Amino acid sequence: MSDAATTATERPKPRRLEPPVTDTTEPFWEATKEERLLVQWCASCEHPHFYPREVCPQCLSSDSLEWRPASGRGTVYAFSVQHRPANPFMADRVPYTVALVELEEGIRMMSNVIDVDPEQVSVGMPVTVAWEDLSDGRKLPQFAPAK
Amino acid sequence: MTGLRGQAAIVGVADAASPTGELELHGRALEVAMVKEALEDAGLTLADIDGVCHSQNSMAFAEYLGINARFTDSTMTGGSVFEVFLEHAASAIAAGVAECILVVFAQTPRASRTAAKRSGRAPEGGGRPGMMMGPNPMAEWEMPYGLQGPIGGYALAASRHMAQYGTTSEQLAKIAVHSREWAALNPRAKKREPTTVEEVVASDMVASPLHKEDCCLVTDGAGAYIVTTAERAKSLRKPPVYVLGAATGHTHMMISQMPDLTVTPGALSGPKAFEMAGIKPGDVDVLMGYDSFTITQLLHFEDLGFCAKGEGGSFVESTNFGPGGDLAVNTNGGGLSYTHPGMYGMFLVVEAVRQLRGEGDARQVPKAEIAVAHGSGMVLSCMSTAVLGTEATL
Repeated sequence: MSDAATTATERPKPRRLEPPVTDTTEPFWEATKEERLLVQWCASCEHPHFYPREVCPQCLSSDSLEWRPASGRGTVYAFSVQHRPANPFMADRVPYTVALVELEEGIRMMSNVIDVDPEQVSVGMPVTVAWEDLSDGRKLPQFAPAK
Repeated sequence: MTGLRGQAAIVGVADAASPTGELELHGRALEVAMVKEALEDAGLTLADIDGVCHSQNSMAFAEYLGINARFTDSTMTGGSVFEVFLEHAASAIAAGVAECILVVFAQTPRASRTAAKRSGRAPEGGGRPGMMMGPNPMAEWEMPYGLQGPIGGYALAASRHMAQYGTTSEQLAKIAVHSREWAALNPRAKKREPTTVEEVVASDMVASPLHKEDCCLVTDGAGAYIVTTAERAKSLRKPPVYVLGAATGHTHMMISQMPDLTVTPGALSGPKAFEMAGIKPGDVDVLMGYDSFTITQLLHFEDLGFCAKGEGGSFVESTNFGPGGDLAVNTNGGGLSYTHPGMYGMFLVVEAVRQLRGEGDARQVPKAEIAVAHGSGMVLSCMSTAVLGTEATL
């Protein structure tokens, strides 16, 4: 999105809320540039967790955390169709679907379910990861119905 | 386990709300009005207060009134914090840390909005509490997806409950219908006209499966209460309302981290508080459950043990919890119909006390001896349960 499109008579197009990056989460976001979905695992206790942390919330290990590729497949755990936008950027997407997606690896993340009529989304629906471009080359993980 | 049973009592209460939804006073002036009213109600003076609870800054508030405090608490768990404060205050009193603890609250989202429109300045301190301090995983892992707050989190929980247990929108709607029946008896309530299940499910969908009428109000409100030792309570103005049990639980901060969207931390706090009080759900005369949304109250019924997990829908369908019904729930009209300034937990305590004193006017529940104030904070994140009783329950 560029501010160059803004004219004096037009309101500036609202900017997308883009996720901030921390030292801990940088590998996750870097991988999204190549459309790879990474999940943080603890090699010591063999548990995945989400969101990424500086220590394993299962065994408190801090030196055995590693990034492993996720399959990108999961199911809808819960969802809600937003009939009002949560922020100005989302206004032209209404109605849109926000879901908690349970990945095959056993972690749950918030996302949108796209490429499907919100009326057709259901709990338990199989989905696969899809990607939405962000302004800095990163991509936001989204989910679409599994083909 | 004896715990806190009967060691501390609520001796003074006050609350403010208006059928217009808007209050004249705001900020410190409104807080102080509540303090004066609660002190008057108790027959105490400011000099008696030696402990202060305030969800933003207990020190700043105490300084404003020149209170020298030896107990202080600025915990912030969202709307359940006023039940958490009651647990903390009763614990401190039981341990002899302090003798007379004041809890105070004011939040005026509507008046602040009106004032901001008039002055052209941004509203001050009247909207939602600052939700996040320090690192903000919500900005990274939730906010980009556009979930409306706070309704979206509750909508996700309702979606899961419906899919897992077959709960329906009509069952949820019945909770709003009963809240209006109680509100009709409360002259200060915002929404007093009767409604129907059909009207609730026909209202605008905001975040599926929740409709506009599944949502609590946005109104101004304020309140205060005072807790002291059981011993001292006996000599004060009003019949003491004793803390019989109190417990808190939290399982997450963000909805995406909630372990099971159908089980709230009320499943931790409820049974603990009931055990401490030595009561069962069937002993409860008045249930004040934080009804931020209809689904919230349905989850309370399950997690507090009024019905089994998953049976909230059929329990709601088969139970009359309006005036004169099977179980008195949210007798002031609740957050759905009385008032909801953002953090509603204060009003649960105040109404529970009024019912146990027999001060419920037209909405008085006959022979009310045991009341429960069950607070919910953030997005089903922190539940806090207080069991209160009259002298007869000791």
